[in-house]
Amino acid sequence: MSQVLSTPPPAQTVTDDDPAALAARYGLSVSGARPSLPAYIRQLWARRHFITAFATAKLTAQYSQAKLGQVWQVATPLLNAAVYYFIFGVLMGTKHGVPDYVPFLVTGVFVWTFTQSSIMAGTRAISGNLGLVRALHFPRAALPISFALQQLQQLLFSMAALVVILLCFGVPVAASWLLCVPALLLQSTFNAGIAMVMARMGAKTPDIAQLMPFLLRTWMYVSGVMWSLEHIMRNHRLPHAVYLALETNPAAVYIDLMRYALIDSFDAGQLPHHVWAIALGWALLAGVGGFVYFWKAEETYGRG
Amino acid sequence: MADILQTPARPADRHHPDGDRHHNHRDHDDDRDHGRDRRGPVPTVIADRVDIVYRVNGTGAGRGTATAALNRILRRGQAEKTAGVRTVHAVRSVSFTAYKGEAIGLIGTNGSGKSTLLKAVAGLLPVESGRIYTDGQPSLLGVNAALMNDLTGERNVYLGGLAMGMSREQIKERYQEIVEFSGINEKGDFITLPMRTYSSGMAARLRFSIAAAKDHDVLLIDEALATGDRSFQQRSEARIRELRKHAGTVFLVSHNNKSIRDTCDRVLWLERGELRMDGPTAEVIREYEKFTRSGG
Repeated sequence: MSQVLSTPPPAQTVTDDDPAALAARYGLSVSGARPSLPAYIRQLWARRHFITAFATAKLTAQYSQAKLGQVWQVATPLLNAAVYYFIFGVLMGTKHGVPDYVPFLVTGVFVWTFTQSSIMAGTRAISGNLGLVRALHFPRAALPISFALQQLQQLLFSMAALVVILLCFGVPVAASWLLCVPALLLQSTFNAGIAMVMARMGAKTPDIAQLMPFLLRTWMYVSGVMWSLEHIMRNHRLPHAVYLALETNPAAVYIDLMRYALIDSFDAGQLPHHVWAIALGWALLAGVGGFVYFWKAEETYGRG
Repeated sequence: MADILQTPARPADRHHPDGDRHHNHRDHDDDRDHGRDRRGPVPTVIADRVDIVYRVNGTGAGRGTATAALNRILRRGQAEKTAGVRTVHAVRSVSFTAYKGEAIGLIGTNGSGKSTLLKAVAGLLPVESGRIYTDGQPSLLGVNAALMNDLTGERNVYLGGLAMGMSREQIKERYQEIVEFSGINEKGDFITLPMRTYSSGMAARLRFSIAAAKDHDVLLIDEALATGDRSFQQRSEARIRELRKHAGTVFLVSHNNKSIRDTCDRVLWLERGELRMDGPTAEVIREYEKFTRSGG
């Protein structure tokens, strides 16, 4: 029944029955193989409750060690906005010529933070959760998507604070506020897509996480978070390509859409042409492209 | 729904095997069949001449230094050796077939490739050559399988269950059972505390309880029981036997020969990455003990 196997390799293995054929007969699949794209989407859909529960759990755990606890959900973005107001509004005087500067700035900071933190969280989505990835089997895309969702929940907290700020600064409630919903939906799709791209890159090269803050800061400064891009473009003669790049930059598009929705003095004339089409285009490109890109390396996550 | 997705579509004949074929298979298998004939041997894991090679970065001289790292990047295209990459041949040409309802122990001295082999079966490590076929998705349960430390045990039970593809209702149904099994609440209400406050033994017990809550087709346990106390080990062993009854296959890595004897009916003995012996528990452990006593 059993024998001490001499080295090299045991000769006792299936001899006349090919293992591959045996596996095929009983419907066994190759371990660790990547599922097809439709199967992957089905698996991911089946884990939708995991994605939402994980995002909420992470959000509530985030400040669990702090004494003030959940107060930081609102305090952190407000403090951020205060710092930017001090530097850009007061010290550098970028507020001149921008009506409703505080609402303008705070909207910009909050919307930008959403994209920024989704990307940062995405970069560490796999590399920072190797224990989970190695312990349990689930479609790995659940992680970056869940992190992007967590940031969306975080943004909703910030938005509540934003509404208070808007009202304090005399911005009237308007029907256009409803445009927030499609704008946020498109931005979330975009963010989740980029988070998936970054998750794959971060899983392979953890060094990316060190590099990202610098790239993101550069991106922030060209996205008109603290100043009006439209002013700069009007006052300086820029080559057409630069103008186009600044205008179609996805971060700037999503920020301006939100400003357009919320602030009455920010009118449609300050938006680039076909702004909704651009916003939708970026969302689809990043969302679908990022998902496929992430899926392509599904079998490699958590290995080694 | 989740369960359907857990195991990819398989041919219908797996559950109703064509009688003729089935019979042939059995005949052929008779010599390796260790009392599995109650159900007829349905293979769940097939390893076909598996080789696993680790590549370790930065083992050249002065590995931690910046210049060494730069050197590695610049020489990427060159031979791995000059770039400071070392290869470790952890598993060498291992073949075996595991069947439904079997509990298989993996034994061998430290560094013999047991954990590596399990990781590869779970699909977490690529094989260098050969193939591993599995029925559905094996679940690996190791000592360092961390859940989320900043969340409470309760949240971890829910999240772990959801991640494994259980539905909220299923988890609710089993929640009490999981907590009781883990024994976390024996010394007070610990399940509502963050997992970072748990001792390593408590955390390991909770992890095992979560993973064991689902009926896995193939469950791989990598010394996860070693951290628990005696009463927990006994509960786990009982649970492993139960999982086997649900027609699953269980692999167990352990240095505790008694625990292997109590739970496994078949043992694979790995030594230096090679499969040295494959047979009924008593026989293999007897040989293994002879080997370890002689200081092999």
